[in-house]
Amino acid sequence: MPAMAQVGVRRGGGGVAGAARPRLERSRSDRVIAGVAAGIGHHLGIEPIVVRVAFVVLTLAAGFGLVVYLLAWLLAPLEPADAAAKPRPRILIRPTLGQALGAALILAGVLLLLFVTGFWFGEELAWPVTLAAIGFAILWARSGEERGARWPLDAVLTGRVFSSRMLVGSLLILAAMVVFLLANTSLRAAGSTLLAVFVAIGGLALIIGPWAWSMGRELIEERSQLVRTEARAEMAAHLHDSVLQTLALIQRSPEQREMVSLARTQERELRAWLYGRAPTLAGARLRDAIDAMAGRVEHEQHAKVEAIVVGDADLDEHARALVSAVGEATLNAARHSGSTEVSVYVEVEDDAISAYVRDHGNGFDPAQVASDRRGIADSIVGRMERHGGTAEVNSRPGGGTEVVMRLPRKPA
Amino acid sequence: MTAPTRAATGVSVFVVDDHELFRSGVRSELSRRCRIVGDAGTVDEAVAGIVRADPEVVLLDVHMPAGGGRAVIEGVRAAGSKAQFLALSVSDAAEDVIGIIRAGARGYVTKSISADELVAAVQRVHDGDVVFSPRLAGFVLDAFAGDSDEPIDPELDLLTARERETLRYIARGYTYKEVAAELHISVKTVETHVSAVLRKLQLSNRYELTRWASDRRLV
Repeated sequence: MPAMAQVGVRRGGGGVAGAARPRLERSRSDRVIAGVAAGIGHHLGIEPIVVRVAFVVLTLAAGFGLVVYLLAWLLAPLEPADAAAKPRPRILIRPTLGQALGAALILAGVLLLLFVTGFWFGEELAWPVTLAAIGFAILWARSGEERGARWPLDAVLTGRVFSSRMLVGSLLILAAMVVFLLANTSLRAAGSTLLAVFVAIGGLALIIGPWAWSMGRELIEERSQLVRTEARAEMAAHLHDSVLQTLALIQRSPEQREMVSLARTQERELRAWLYGRAPTLAGARLRDAIDAMAGRVEHEQHAKVEAIVVGDADLDEHARALVSAVGEATLNAARHSGSTEVSVYVEVEDDAISAYVRDHGNGFDPAQVASDRRGIADSIVGRMERHGGTAEVNSRPGGGTEVVMRLPRKPA
Repeated sequence: MTAPTRAATGVSVFVVDDHELFRSGVRSELSRRCRIVGDAGTVDEAVAGIVRADPEVVLLDVHMPAGGGRAVIEGVRAAGSKAQFLALSVSDAAEDVIGIIRAGARGYVTKSISADELVAAVQRVHDGDVVFSPRLAGFVLDAFAGDSDEPIDPELDLLTARERETLRYIARGYTYKEVAAELHISVKTVETHVSAVLRKLQLSNRYELTRWASDRRLV
């Protein structure tokens, strides 16, 4: 196994080293005809638009590109349906100048070969289309940093891309139009004005077309987003009246502790989902982490954990440590206090995050703690201190226990 | 939150909830220690029933068809009833809790509350006090956090340091009695602070409060 991995890395060269290359599959989500070009693009790690342009250019060579396209259509399987739902992580190779030059030379060589062997539509068509195709690719093959822009002109206007690229691409397309008009003298004689208009329209379509297309896609995307939001609101109303009510009912039978704990876990999850705090987006914020921790302790210890968070903060390394310490204290209370209810309160202030874990259980004399409890107290106190915070345990026999933790925050 | 259960004094209670099963469950739990004088499952039935039965405390579901708990409170108030309202809900979205309090409820508890706690809460509302669960205290602290935005009426839009401190203890799970001991004040003073906070909650025009309430069109 290790040997194979080494070979793989070596063969991968400077390209997508380490990242597994996706299988060659026809794309469901990103397709113009059958998703072949997008599939090849994903497989090779290049922009699908470049592949599409290559197909167009090769099709000029007596339909060579068309044949390749149809073959790929037959041979490449369609990607699984669920893969289309989530946008795939795009692995893109930023080609070096040498690689780009190499690809261009290979393409030129293939064209030359076809030219020599006579599979050729003729000068009048081939050169303008090749020129236009290169201009088109320059215009529309967007690189990584501009992908956030709504449309390429945005990127130009906000100065994120050299407008020289726009210029070169447009000029190439214009040149293609001129060459086409000049080369087709016989056609020009037939109806020069009409032809010029058609060519102008074609050129404009090449420059603006992809933008209009992506705008259209975005509109469709927005509309389906809206539909999804509405469906979600409706479902929330429904669940509220049914599932949440039932869960509240189940909890009223105190004998079956297992059932109660299950119901509470379910209720917590459902609630998080209904009110937009889905665990999938979580992890990033303190509130979510505390809620998740409370749910875990409830589930494992069959205790009721009331977790209240005022304010919210990003979950950096220190906040994560605080959550762990709070979790430890909560678990401890649920396990040893003899009370089945634990109150967790976390407040985020400008200069510090305070956390309190309280139970109304047996309490103990901190001076005479059993060794295992001292261990836990140490892990709470020690952890907080390692992250520049403090922790103290207040307890007395019969009076319940409260663990108070405090973590200073750096000014934002 | 576990307040020592006070001696049951047979407070008259009316239960409003559109879920039949839940209504009968609450009835059977409370019937030993309170006097259940009626129940209802719709807004109209509830208003008519409460006016007729004249209970001391109404247990009110926040979510019901045709206007919800707010419509019941308004209808009953319009008829001149003196009943106090304790809101019950399975939801702890801030806008629900804040909204029903602003509509006039004297307290808020979730439906997963134990029977003992529920009886204690009913008793407290009956005594003219306010039932502040830890969660409600948390919401209020959130809503009143930060004094940066211009308070229009500082009397109503800001909490005093003492009120804030009291709410913090409640959010931490302290009972009123424990809060009093910690702050070296009487339980009565704690209740005064909490009532003052409830008043601010109902009357303040702080942006967060009006936003939350209007989200559910409760104000």
